[in-house]
Amino acid sequence: MYIYKQTALLLLVVFFALPASVYAEPTVDEIVHRSNMTTYYQGQDGRAQVKMSITDNQGRERKRRLTILRIDDAKSDVVEGAVYQGGQKFYVYFHRPADVSKMAFLVWKHLEQDDDRWLYLPALDLVKRIAATDKRTSFVGSDFFYEDVSGRRLDEDMHELVETTKSYYVIKNTPKNADAVEFSIYKMFIHKTTFIPVQVEYFDKAGVKYRIAKALGVKTIQGYPTVTKAAVENLKTGSKTVMEYTKVEYDVGLDDALFTERYLRKAPRKQLR
Amino acid sequence: MAKWIINNASIGLALLVAVVVHAEEPALPSGLDLNAAEPDLPLGLDDMDIDDSDLDEQSTQGITIDGFVDFRSGSWVDKHHYQASRPLNEVRLQLEMEKEFSDFTFAVIADFIYDDVVDDYDIALENGQGWLDLRAANIVFSPLSFMDIRLGRQILTWGTGDLIFINDLFPKDWNAFLIGRDVEYLKAPSDVLKVSLFHDVANLDLIYTPRFDSDRFIDGSRASYYSSTLGRTVGTDAISKVDRPNDWLRDDEFSLRLYKNIGAYEVALYGYDGFWKSPGGLNPATGRALFPDLFVYGASIRGPLAGGIANAEWGYYDSRDDRNGRNPMINNSEQRLIVGFERELAANLMLGLQYYLKRMEDYSNYRQVLPAGAFPVHRSRQEYTARLTWLTMNQNLIWSLFSFYSPSDDDGYLRAKLQYKYDDHFSLELGGNLFWGDNNRTFLGQFQNNDNVYTALRYGF
Repeated sequence: MYIYKQTALLLLVVFFALPASVYAEPTVDEIVHRSNMTTYYQGQDGRAQVKMSITDNQGRERKRRLTILRIDDAKSDVVEGAVYQGGQKFYVYFHRPADVSKMAFLVWKHLEQDDDRWLYLPALDLVKRIAATDKRTSFVGSDFFYEDVSGRRLDEDMHELVETTKSYYVIKNTPKNADAVEFSIYKMFIHKTTFIPVQVEYFDKAGVKYRIAKALGVKTIQGYPTVTKAAVENLKTGSKTVMEYTKVEYDVGLDDALFTERYLRKAPRKQLR
Repeated sequence: MAKWIINNASIGLALLVAVVVHAEEPALPSGLDLNAAEPDLPLGLDDMDIDDSDLDEQSTQGITIDGFVDFRSGSWVDKHHYQASRPLNEVRLQLEMEKEFSDFTFAVIADFIYDDVVDDYDIALENGQGWLDLRAANIVFSPLSFMDIRLGRQILTWGTGDLIFINDLFPKDWNAFLIGRDVEYLKAPSDVLKVSLFHDVANLDLIYTPRFDSDRFIDGSRASYYSSTLGRTVGTDAISKVDRPNDWLRDDEFSLRLYKNIGAYEVALYGYDGFWKSPGGLNPATGRALFPDLFVYGASIRGPLAGGIANAEWGYYDSRDDRNGRNPMINNSEQRLIVGFERELAANLMLGLQYYLKRMEDYSNYRQVLPAGAFPVHRSRQEYTARLTWLTMNQNLIWSLFSFYSPSDDDGYLRAKLQYKYDDHFSLELGGNLFWGDNNRTFLGQFQNNDNVYTALRYGF
């Protein structure tokens, strides 16, 4: 009798101690939030060198080389209650090609209002304010949109778990305001253990798949699963952009002041190497 | 044992089935499929690697060298006898070097020029004439955590206008602007000490220019203009002579900007103590143009509005050598105002609109003392500008139009440009500058014989 009791208790303990995922699939909400956190919010700040290669349908290649710095307003990565979610600041410094060298781009991303964007043109010492209404325009002439780089607000879409495969949660996302975007839906293949969106497929208004974003390489850096190589392919134009992230670092201890006009005019060299 | 094998086989079979069923799902990227014996990576990834050996080399040496070679040639649409043979015909090599020594950054930008039009190779660093135009030569450091200092030759810009400047009294090169050089040459360098202070309450820029840096103004050597003394349009036949305030530390300039962000809005206050940057007066005894004393204060605001960016800027130009406007040989004081708005009309299509007002103070005094026969300007000059930019072919073909139009003076100016970035190094440019006016004495009407078209080829490295 005593032994039975002990066993039952042990079973009970084991049962409750097991991670939730063992006995319950996460909800759609949880999946998209985890994926959003993993893709855009890991750590309190981050830094990466980016090599970009844009290849057009005639095989002509253009290259960009930039450094991206990021800092989060929310000093937490906790997904429960969406604590991780908040405003973010990005600093993008261009190294190459020559015609954009030393230009700097500053974004203050807000959840409740349009982002603030500034571009610094060193040849004129000009800090130009840029309207940020359309986030689905090309980022520096590539196939990536601004939104692919800084993230799309989760509440702009309705999310539906349409399939669970061996490796992926397949999420169908339908925009709440269909007129604001060029796609009808997009489908995300979110990796089940890391929550990295390994593939995102965009369908146009006619329901034809026309744009694919892919994670091509993943590394665990400081414990954070990180996409180190990604591509976006435009099936309509035949153009493709590959981005490679090197020297990725999290929790660098970046100063919030870096993301101001001061450092547009005076590049923070130590942080850009 | 047998059971184990069967078990494994069935798991394998199940996996196989799973793979077949989900054949449409993406393969796991490298780094995620740790269990797979052979990572199922998409083919052709290796040749996507970007060769950036040159960059790595640069960064390890701590010195960067960038630059370009720019071939640029233009023609007058209708050449007049008082104009140079061409608006421009030049080759320019720009070298930009940057080097860090612990906490100091040294920067030099030098343009080496072969100029077929002026054909004068004696260097005059102040006005950029000759075979060398030194655009920057400065040192930057931060002696205190809240202070940046930039000392030496540098390009300076502030304010909110688009190609219109009220509180930005740093030198402009109006010749470069009108004859088809790249827009970066609208800004001429200043030789200054710039001290920037940063605080949560507000930020402050203080700029001291020990010797007056004037505009590279329209003097007739390139573009023609209306000479009020000669009463006609003049060019190379009557290049204007000036008395430039030239004494170190006495003929100095002082500029300041106090600015901060309030929410999404950037607000700033400005001050300037110096001289009219382009000739603003005349010495009747010598016939030479003057740069009278000028004191300016103003304010600006810029921020989001109706899906775009709106800006407003105001300035008061206090012409100290003619405070009551009774000296006909010196500019009167003025109020200046810009209101602007820019937004995206469609993806890659931007529209910017501005309204600009210059309003003379003491207008009745001006009219009273205006010499008989002199051309009276209106009290207010109003101008509208429109900028249209369209990026096509993955933003590699850039169509740009910028137009100025003044309903009060009935004159205007159209800047058109088409730029094609052939690859990461070569770009090709076609452009034109067209002026019109009812009268050859108004602000833009005086340039109406300067219509020009140009073409340029640039190799950047």
